[in-house]
Amino acid sequence: MIRILGAGVMGLVIASELAARGHPVELVDPEPAPGPHGCSWWAGGMLAPHCERESAEEPVERHGLAAIDWWDRHAGGVQRNGTLVLTLNRDRGELARFARRSTGHRTVDGDQIAALELDLAGRFAAGLFYEAEAHLDPRAALSALRDRLVAQGVAFHRTPPEAAPETLIDARGLAARDRLADLRGVRGEMLVLRCPDVTLSRPVRLLHPRIPLYIVPRGDGVFMLGATMIESDRRGIVTARSLLELLSAAYALHPAFGEAEVLETGADARPAFPDNLPRLRRRGATIFANGLYRHGFLLSPAVAAMAADHLETGITPEFMDEVSR
Amino acid sequence: MPVFYGVEVASPLMLGTAQYPSPAILAEAFRASKAGIATVSLRREQGGGQDFWSLVQGLGARILPNTAGCHTVKEAVTTAHMARELFDTNWIKLEVIGHTDTLQPDVFGLVEAARILTGDGFQVFPYCTEDLTVCGRLLDAGCQVLMPWGAPIGSGLGINNAYGLRSLRAHFADVPLVVDAGIGLPSHAAQAMEMGFDAVLLNTAVAHAGDPAAMARAMALAVEAGRAAHEADPMEPRDMAAPSTPVIGKAFLS
Repeated sequence: MIRILGAGVMGLVIASELAARGHPVELVDPEPAPGPHGCSWWAGGMLAPHCERESAEEPVERHGLAAIDWWDRHAGGVQRNGTLVLTLNRDRGELARFARRSTGHRTVDGDQIAALELDLAGRFAAGLFYEAEAHLDPRAALSALRDRLVAQGVAFHRTPPEAAPETLIDARGLAARDRLADLRGVRGEMLVLRCPDVTLSRPVRLLHPRIPLYIVPRGDGVFMLGATMIESDRRGIVTARSLLELLSAAYALHPAFGEAEVLETGADARPAFPDNLPRLRRRGATIFANGLYRHGFLLSPAVAAMAADHLETGITPEFMDEVSR
Repeated sequence: MPVFYGVEVASPLMLGTAQYPSPAILAEAFRASKAGIATVSLRREQGGGQDFWSLVQGLGARILPNTAGCHTVKEAVTTAHMARELFDTNWIKLEVIGHTDTLQPDVFGLVEAARILTGDGFQVFPYCTEDLTVCGRLLDAGCQVLMPWGAPIGSGLGINNAYGLRSLRAHFADVPLVVDAGIGLPSHAAQAMEMGFDAVLLNTAVAHAGDPAAMARAMALAVEAGRAAHEADPMEPRDMAAPSTPVIGKAFLS
């Protein structure tokens, strides 16, 4: 039996990957179901390996590409409509820089932007379109993974059963700081708006030198806005300043967001290692899978596949930086 | 090498620590540039930034905490006191922002905060404009370093008022002067050093470069070149051509 500690995105994805490969697994999490206690609950759900490359290391793009198919296969609900990257006219230099630092895009003019997103017609003269990217609703995806595992007979325990497992996979996110000294928290803040006056089919990123924003449609006029990146492990409530910045950027994208209802605000701390890349660490019978940073949905399938490969063949995969048996 | 409040610093390059793609890349930039001072902000991290601050303390540079993001004297003074406790230093880079869009310093609040903090035992590095009167008032308030801007923070526009900075250098010949903010390219950093400034402080130009470590090294080279050039007493520019080889005896009249 392989026991997985933590039923956030990392734990659920490893469990699903191992179960799909025929391994017996069980999960341990003090909380009964995915919810606001875990930082993946607050995620944007963008599957955007090309866009992320602008500020992330190369492995993020390479391993992130496979995530779209993985989520479609294991959870469903993946929207393959690409990503639109826009900027206000005075920040046009930001668009050129973003284009230089990423691939998988084509330049779109005002008419092409209007053809993609009718509600943005006449508002932007230039943008970048990343056709191969996708998005999902992270809360629905987490719940789908859990439901499918339960349907397969996988046990979810609130406290660890007495019988010691053969292998323990620690996927507790930031809570694993008690064992992983170089793990730190990076605060992110988000909000959820209802704005029936605006329809978007795909995530839109608004580049801004100070306040970069992304907005992800969740359907039925609901949008998720995110997300700040602050070197702090403070969780809890969003600050007035972040709220102000996120909302003013949304208002710049479309003034109708000024009339939106604020359904929800939230903040949490992402687990990250110093290079902001994930790690697998083997210590005896325990494997740590952690440090997904802002790429929980994008990189968890690759990390899970590496963990499974390691368990099956003993190889030391790319993200494994420590092996002591 | 520059001396601030009696402390000699290993390099005239001062680097900010914000907006890097990751702490690992931040550390590479410091290794590649051997920057002497690392500035670090407190305000946004709201007390949960201990892990990041520990990383910054491991960069091998002297720490200069700042009051970035403060818009009032009270905020800046409170932030400075927090910084002194956290980093165990009397050094503080004092920023009091007066204008949201340009992040231009509020020079009135700056002088007031500098006077309060100097009284509290701080050694203040004020982020200021190149205005001679303001700089004089900051010195009166007890500052022994001045950090005039080259251009607005994060703009990368370089040395916007070369005349003003040159005049500042000439008027305050014995005060350590740092060009802070606006540096976008190594040539801007070199220009500041050629003008006789003691150091340059920059952040975005390195953090937002495609390869921050390579840009940090380029900045270090530029600062070194500019400083060497200043010490070498550069020639004065002139309008008339002056051939470097003799022309007498050559058929130059034909």
